[in-house]
Amino acid sequence: MSDAAIAITPGAERQTQNHTGLRQTISNSLVMAWRAVLKMRRTPEQFFDVTLQPILFTLMFTYIFGGAISGDVKSYLPIIIPGILVQTVITTSLVTGTQLRDDMDKGVFNRFRSLPIARIAPLSGALLADTIRYGIATTLTFVMGYIMGLRPAGGFGSVVAASILTIFSAWCVSWIFAFFGVIARNAQSVQGISMLLLFPLTFLSNAFVPVDTLPGWMQAFVKVNPISHLVSAVRDLVNHGAIGHDFWLSLLGAGAVVLLFAPLTVRAYMRKA
Amino acid sequence: MQHLSPPELAVDAQGLVKVFGDNRAVDGVDLQVKTGSIYGVLGPNGAGKTTTINMLATLMQPDGGRATIFGHDVEKEAQAVRQLIGVTGQYASVDETLSATENLVIFGRLLGLNKAQAKQKAAELLEEFGLVEAAKRPLAKFSGGMRRRLDLAASLIAQPPLIFLDEPTTGLDPRTRNQMWQTIRRLVASGSTVLLTTQYLDEADQLADRIAVIDRGKVVAEGTTDALKASVGLASLQLKITDQKDVAAARHVIHKVLGVESQLPEPTSITAPMADPEKVTDLLVALRKDRITLAEVSVQQPTLDEVFLTLTGHGAEDQTKQGAAK
Repeated sequence: MSDAAIAITPGAERQTQNHTGLRQTISNSLVMAWRAVLKMRRTPEQFFDVTLQPILFTLMFTYIFGGAISGDVKSYLPIIIPGILVQTVITTSLVTGTQLRDDMDKGVFNRFRSLPIARIAPLSGALLADTIRYGIATTLTFVMGYIMGLRPAGGFGSVVAASILTIFSAWCVSWIFAFFGVIARNAQSVQGISMLLLFPLTFLSNAFVPVDTLPGWMQAFVKVNPISHLVSAVRDLVNHGAIGHDFWLSLLGAGAVVLLFAPLTVRAYMRKA
Repeated sequence: MQHLSPPELAVDAQGLVKVFGDNRAVDGVDLQVKTGSIYGVLGPNGAGKTTTINMLATLMQPDGGRATIFGHDVEKEAQAVRQLIGVTGQYASVDETLSATENLVIFGRLLGLNKAQAKQKAAELLEEFGLVEAAKRPLAKFSGGMRRRLDLAASLIAQPPLIFLDEPTTGLDPRTRNQMWQTIRRLVASGSTVLLTTQYLDEADQLADRIAVIDRGKVVAEGTTDALKASVGLASLQLKITDQKDVAAARHVIHKVLGVESQLPEPTSITAPMADPEKVTDLLVALRKDRITLAEVSVQQPTLDEVFLTLTGHGAEDQTKQGAAK
């Protein structure tokens, strides 16, 4: 240890500000995202779900339902691949909530709360870094689809657009799970509440089967289910290269989720001791 | 104590209250810490030390009272307060999965340093705290003392003028504890103000200029270390009486010779504050004259338990309540 004492500016002479600007918020969030990426590199096992699930689900569902729904596997692919894509990526966003809960239980979050940084940064950084996971799941689902014979009529550009739409929507939805993550007692209960919400939302949609095969009361739900609109928007893009009203509806819905849940989450996070 | 104007006070807390359910964890705490001093908050587990620090460090909102840090209100100007403080908690607030360097660089970047500055600052602090060799290892392999040092290093990145240390040496071996004490002294020599909590009287004695003794959420004694020690007695004389029926007579003699009230923690042992060692001889002679035989005589430095017995009438038992945050 060095003996040379560094003179410290006295507290009364320091310039302080009680306000966090947008630039600082963005910069803090990026540092927190970088921290999350560093942690991901240390624990590669957390990538199992985003690598195995797209491969397994795509293979399984396509071969199970293909013949029954579309007559053969090849003509089912344009329907099922967007469906599985949305289901997988949205489900992946659940992990954001459970990991956030785990992370928050560690002492390091106390330090973040005592630093003069944007209050939202520890949350937004974690959520931002998780788009990497959504990106992996998206890429693998499309690659699996391609291997199995999917040739998107919309072309490569619209596949990229569909991917971005899905990843953006998953990021928006992850705020819901981040909220659960902040208010729940532990990671298991986050998983519990979130599955209860996710299961009906992803399965009671047009992701796997044509809507007109469902009973009337169920159709009513499926048609208003935002997941159905996202699946339709992805199908329009991938299969026709088209941006329909489902695309705008999905964006609007996803944006609304963020506007509602981001402030709720930050407030709950701030109140939590 | 006279009320000082803000620039001279690093911490000024008035009637702080924090309630968890029906447990008043902090129940009207007043603290005034002068800039450039080391202030010790002494108390057993669950007395409200950590909760008090958490409120001063903006980690918890007080349910009553108010506090300012260098004149800035902890509730209304929380973000300004955070620019003036460093907090080292009881449990290492560093990232287990990352290396020591990565931890420090992340905190540095969050505090607005650029990449090069953050790296340089991290290297400086690791050097200063003797952690250079372990810099690249993940923290999972760190010892308790190394983690504590890293934690303190992380609190010093912004060179804050006020540092909160919550039980900085609990669980450390004596050698590491002495190193920590030296570090704390150096911090104050460089111009920092330190508010630390401890369960150890000798730690408060070694480090602090002033001490507040906290019991069940209330400050029961406050003053300079010397004044506080004097009130408890520098050390205490312990007498074990052979025959229980002599106890009352013995206490009478003690009162007469030493001029102090004695305590009776057990049926046959008497403790009395010993302000002047010279008088012990007189006491022993007086006891012999009254034919009171002693089984044992010893002198003990005051323990936290005795400080509590003297100040509050009860011992320093663990006050942690079920469901209450420590």
